[in-house]
Amino acid sequence: MSAPTVTAPPPKATPRPVLPPAARKARRRSAALGLVAWVAGLGFCLPAMWMLLTSLHAEPDAATNPPSLAASLTLDSYREFFGAGGGPTPWPSLINSLSASVFSTLLVLVLALPAAYALSIRRVRKWTDVMFFFLSTKMLPVVAGLLPIYLFAKNTGMLDNIWLLVLLYTSMNLPIAVWMMQSFLADVPVSIIEAAQVDGARLHTVLARVVAPIAAPGIAATALICFIFSWNELLFARVLTGVVAQTAPVYLIGVVTSQGLFLAQLCAASVVVSLPVLAAGYAAQDKLVQGLSLGAVK
Amino acid sequence: MKQRKGGVRAWATRAPLLPALVFLIAVTQLPFVATLVISLFDWNSLDPDARSFAGLSNYSSVVTDPELRESVFTTVLLTASVVIASVVLGLVLALLLDRTFFGRGMVRTLLITPFLIVPVSAALLWKHALYNPEYGLLNGALTWVGELFGDTSPVQPDWISDMPLLAVEASLVWQWTPFMMLILLAGLQSRPAEMMEAARLDGASSWQTFRYLTLPHLRRYLELGVLLGSVYIVQNFDAVFTITGGGLGTANLPYTIYQTFYQAHEYGLASAVGVVVVIGTMIIATFALRVVSSLFREEANRA
Repeated sequence: MSAPTVTAPPPKATPRPVLPPAARKARRRSAALGLVAWVAGLGFCLPAMWMLLTSLHAEPDAATNPPSLAASLTLDSYREFFGAGGGPTPWPSLINSLSASVFSTLLVLVLALPAAYALSIRRVRKWTDVMFFFLSTKMLPVVAGLLPIYLFAKNTGMLDNIWLLVLLYTSMNLPIAVWMMQSFLADVPVSIIEAAQVDGARLHTVLARVVAPIAAPGIAATALICFIFSWNELLFARVLTGVVAQTAPVYLIGVVTSQGLFLAQLCAASVVVSLPVLAAGYAAQDKLVQGLSLGAVK
Repeated sequence: MKQRKGGVRAWATRAPLLPALVFLIAVTQLPFVATLVISLFDWNSLDPDARSFAGLSNYSSVVTDPELRESVFTTVLLTASVVIASVVLGLVLALLLDRTFFGRGMVRTLLITPFLIVPVSAALLWKHALYNPEYGLLNGALTWVGELFGDTSPVQPDWISDMPLLAVEASLVWQWTPFMMLILLAGLQSRPAEMMEAARLDGASSWQTFRYLTLPHLRRYLELGVLLGSVYIVQNFDAVFTITGGGLGTANLPYTIYQTFYQAHEYGLASAVGVVVVIGTMIIATFALRVVSSLFREEANRA
C-alpha cells in the first residue's frame, strides 16, 4: 500500500533520533487517528458482536435491561434452533438456500464466462453497447417483473420450486458476473490464447484449459459474490416459495412469527444464516470492491 | 464470398455471447413487457371475472392515491438520506483507514462485517436486539449509563414507534457504510503517490491536499458509490418489510408493490406502480450509466 504517512521514519544513521517538535506532534496525531479508527471499527462491529454474544446466552440472560455481560455462555440456543426441543428444524431451508445459491452460481459462470471472453479478448463490435445492455438489466427493479413471474409460476405449477429461484437468481447475478469477469479476463495475455488457437484448440478448450486457470482468482471472487447475493435474497423467495422450497431468509422471518420471540434463539439463527456469507465475504475481501462496483474500480 | 466469410467469422465471435444475452432477455425483459400489459387492466385476482381493459386509469390512481404518493415520497427520502449518510461516513472511515496504524487490516475486517450480515438477519437484529424498548441494547445502554450517574429511571424511548423511518434508515446506513468505505478506499489508494509527495514538499497543509487533490480525484468514486447505492437502496425490501412491516409511514415503493399485489391482490394497480418505479429508476440509471461509462472508458484507454 502506498498510503502517504505524515511522519517520515527517523533516519537509521542517527544514534538517538531526536524528533523536531513538529514531527512529534504529527506522530501523536497519527497515533490518535489510529485510535479513532479502532473505536470506529469496534463501534461498527458492535451490533454484530452483540448478536453473537446474545446467541451464546441462555434465554433469560439474553433479554435483560441493562444488558448482562457476565452471564454464563451456553450453546443451548443453537441446539434449540437446530430442533433439539422438537420444533421444526432449519435444515431443509438451509439446504434449499445452499442448492439455489450453488446451482445459480454455477449457471451464472457457465453463461458469463463465454460472454466475458467474447467481450474482453475477442472484442465483438459495439462491445460497449452490449456491456451496457447487461448493466441496464441490473437497474431494472426486480419488483417490476415479479407479478408476471408469479403468475407464470402459478399457472405452470412451478411455485414453491427451487429451480425457479435458480433461474431468477441467475438473471439477477448474470450482469454483475459478466462485468466483473470482463475486467478479470482483460488481464489474460492475448498471445497465450492465440498460441492455443494456432494449436487448433476449440472455444471450450481455450476457456477451460487456458483462460480459466489464469483468471481463476477473479472467477472465484465472482462466484463468491453471486453466492452471497443469492443467499441473501428475500423478496423472490418470499413470494415464490412456500413450504417445500423455503429458503433460509424466509425461514428466519418465520422463526419470529410462528414461535413468538426468543431473543437468544433469534440471534443464534441469524448467526447461522449469516455464517456462509461472512465466510465468503472475508474470503473475497480484496476482490469484493471490484465486483460490487461492477469492475469499474480496480 | 468474401463478405460471407466475414459474416461467419463475426458470428463465431458473437456466438459465446448469445446464451447470456438470450437468457437475460427471456428472464428480465419479457416479464417487464407483461407488467406493462397488466398495468393497463383493471384486475383484482379475488374477482377474476371482472377483469377488463382499463387504459391508463391505474396510472391516474397512482398519481392521485395519497398513500401511493406518500410511498413515492418515502422512497426518495429513504434512498437519499441513507445514501448521503453512508457516503459521508464511508468517506471519513476510508480516510482513517488510508493511513498506516497498528492493526489496520483487523479494523478493515471489523468495518466490513455489517455489510456481510444477511440483510434479513441485520433487520431482525436491529428490530429485536437493539431497538426493543424493554430489553434492546440501546435502552439497556441508556439504563446502564443512567445508573452510573445515579439516575434510576432513565429515558427509555420506543425507537421504532417514535422514529420509524429513522430506525429503518439507521440500520441501512449501518449496512451500506462499509460498501461506500470500500469503494472510496480503493479510490484513495489509486491516488498517484508522486502527486501527493509533491504537494507535501510544496508545503500544502493536509486540508489543502484533501480539498484540491484528494477530493477531485475521488469525485468519480463518490459518484459511483452514490449511484450504485441508489440503485440498490431504491429497491430495498428486506429492512422495510422486517423492521416496520411498511407501517408508520415507512412503506417504500417496492414494499407497496409487494403489498398491493400479494395482499390486496390488485394486479393492475401493482403493475402500474411497478412501471412508475422503472421510469424513476431509468432516470437514475441514465446518470449511473454515464458515470460508469466514463470510468470504463478511462480503463479501456489504459489497457
